[in-house]
Amino acid sequence: MTDTPQKISDNDKKEEPTRRDFLYLTAASMGAVAVGSIAWPLVNQMSPAKDTLALATTEVDIAPVEVGQAITVMWRGAPVFIRHRTDEEIMKARSVKLADLRDPQTDEERVQKEKWLVMTGICTHLGCVPLGQKPSDPKGDYNGWFCPCHGSHYDTSGRIRKGPAPTNLVIPPYEFTGDTVVKIG
Amino acid sequence: MASGPREKFDNNVIEWVDSRLPIFTMLQKEYGVFPTPKNFNYFWNFGAILMIMLGIMIITGITLAMHYTANANLAFDSVERIMRDVNYGWLLRYIHANGASFFFIAVYIHIFRGLYYGSYKQPRELLWMFGVTIFLLMMATAFMGYVLPWGQMSFWGAQVITSFFSAIPLVGEEITVWLRGGFSIDNATLTRFFALHYLMPFVIAAVVALHVWALHVTGSNNPLGIDVKTKQDTLPFNPYYTIKDSFGVLVFMLFYVGFVFFAPNVLGHADNYIPANPLVTPAHIVPEWYFLPFYAILRAFTFGVNLPILIGLAITAFAMKPFFSNKTKEEINLKTVGITFAIAGIFFLIGYFSQYQLESGETMILGGSFISAAFIDAKLCGVLAMFGSIAILFVLPFMDKHPVRSARFRPWFRIATLLLVLDFFVLMVCGAKPAEGFWVPLSQVAMLYYMGYFIIGIPFLSKFEPVLDLPDSIHQAVTQGKTKKSVKKKA
Ligand code: HEM
Ligand code: FES
Repeated sequence: MTDTPQKISDNDKKEEPTRRDFLYLTAASMGAVAVGSIAWPLVNQMSPAKDTLALATTEVDIAPVEVGQAITVMWRGAPVFIRHRTDEEIMKARSVKLADLRDPQTDEERVQKEKWLVMTGICTHLGCVPLGQKPSDPKGDYNGWFCPCHGSHYDTSGRIRKGPAPTNLVIPPYEFTGDTVVKIG
Repeated sequence: MASGPREKFDNNVIEWVDSRLPIFTMLQKEYGVFPTPKNFNYFWNFGAILMIMLGIMIITGITLAMHYTANANLAFDSVERIMRDVNYGWLLRYIHANGASFFFIAVYIHIFRGLYYGSYKQPRELLWMFGVTIFLLMMATAFMGYVLPWGQMSFWGAQVITSFFSAIPLVGEEITVWLRGGFSIDNATLTRFFALHYLMPFVIAAVVALHVWALHVTGSNNPLGIDVKTKQDTLPFNPYYTIKDSFGVLVFMLFYVGFVFFAPNVLGHADNYIPANPLVTPAHIVPEWYFLPFYAILRAFTFGVNLPILIGLAITAFAMKPFFSNKTKEEINLKTVGITFAIAGIFFLIGYFSQYQLESGETMILGGSFISAAFIDAKLCGVLAMFGSIAILFVLPFMDKHPVRSARFRPWFRIATLLLVLDFFVLMVCGAKPAEGFWVPLSQVAMLYYMGYFIIGIPFLSKFEPVLDLPDSIHQAVTQGKTKKSVKKKA
């Protein structure tokens, strides 16, 4: 560990790679592979487990939901809002200019059947459940939903109109498996 | 640690151990004769208080864990069982729950002490940074602990805080799902939080060891902020400060025990005695009181960064440049700086009000949505500012170049810092109130002062605050009663 041999080996390196350099590199890269292959399981174990992923669909009978009413169902541990919209609500949702929207989307893009609005009931700000499902709830300035946590207002299409949330309420994947049966997920 | 020549101990057993592992020599050196400035005030008690609090949290935590069940269906009931059936379970839980609050009271006073007396400055920068690390770890630990009883506030607090990560562009959603271990806060989230809540206090203990080690290299700062020069300036730690610390700990405990026995739920939220319900958000979600100032900073961002604000930020950076350079105070033209700031301010106002207009749908006088629309949205700004407000403490030692440590001899810094304390309380109140009406602009002003103190105030004072004459030594100041700022301006 004196100065001189250090210098000599430095010079060696510059001139041509030795067998020893090759061994160092291969050993180091095998080490990196080994560390990586054990690190990944340690990180990935925290992602949703298979049984969590398997709970990914819910079927709901929406026949009993009258015009103007809404129900909340659980899908993947989170609430999904299903609203049977009135004609007035549909009209309101469709008469908005796209330029007035923070996250521009037409109402047509957000529904499969215009009477039924299906969306995840999680505020896109920090994840509270917005109010507006019950007739007695405050519905916000746009007569849709109102998130009490930090004051986000959503319209009758679940689009963000005012407040801190950046995007519209999310539309989950769903399909009508019968006239009045929705499969979410 | 302690090696080299060693003095023999009279007691045979102690001597037998010490000659093999010089642990008693070390204790004697670091806590017995350790030379400590003789002018400490009561602010210097909080380090010892924090050590005791950490011990109390670990002991009550481990005993609670013997009865607690980390399962989404059972957790709430297991905590109720601790309260009703487990022998002295109520006591252990109240000591632990109120302990978190008192831990934070102590740490905030401790941090204030460091700020006010300039303890973060050379040569104690690393010591300070370990301290900030401990503070961050404490926040993470307390947050995860609060989730464990699985009441409404536990659940929705976890929901809101893990949602911070969804603000990260592109991968935010994936990271949030990974953190939660599912598509919502559920059993997987609870079990990992329990595992980490159990682990982190021991990590804290390890960082505390580094913190104290670094302290014993530089020695303590003191209320005068001047270096220890001779033996006359110090006292041996034992018995002088062992006694004073014990007294301080006891007084602190009096308040703590008062809460545990007479007001155990005052610092908590009644909603947390309602079992978690993923379908109903409590009407008014608020974090624990010790997180409120940071929560207020998060919510102060009802606006994002748009073009005018970006330009304003660039101009601010330009105006601040001379303060971070080697320029002396004479070389900086304050008039130019002032005008540059005024221009930046105009851009900020345009950016702020144009977004406000876009939001409220009023007529646009300030150009179309291209100019006013935010490209870094309010949510991301809020999250960045909240983390930034703590991260900035890490770089504080490198931003403050003023040669004087203690606020006693820095009249301008003193006022700015006392205002910061006031500001912290204003933020705390704002964080507890609903984000509407008058509270929104108030929290925005308070947030601006907090940020401005560090980003503009500290570098400005570094250059422009006059350097006063300091006492020659601690001993001289103490014996002549010159501990307050009685000093004239340096010639
Ligand atoms: C840095 C130290 C610690 C802090 C700041 C802290 C903080 C907290 C907080 C705020 C709670 C919620 C109290 C409530 O409202 O019920 C809690 C609960 C809990 N903590 Fe800790 N804790 C610490 C150390 C520990 C340790 C070392 C353990 C050991 C395993 C532990 C085990 C528990 C358990 C089992 C609960 C759930 C029971 C309950 O809610 O009272 N804690 N902790
Ligand atoms: S979570 Fe809905 S507004 Fe913040």
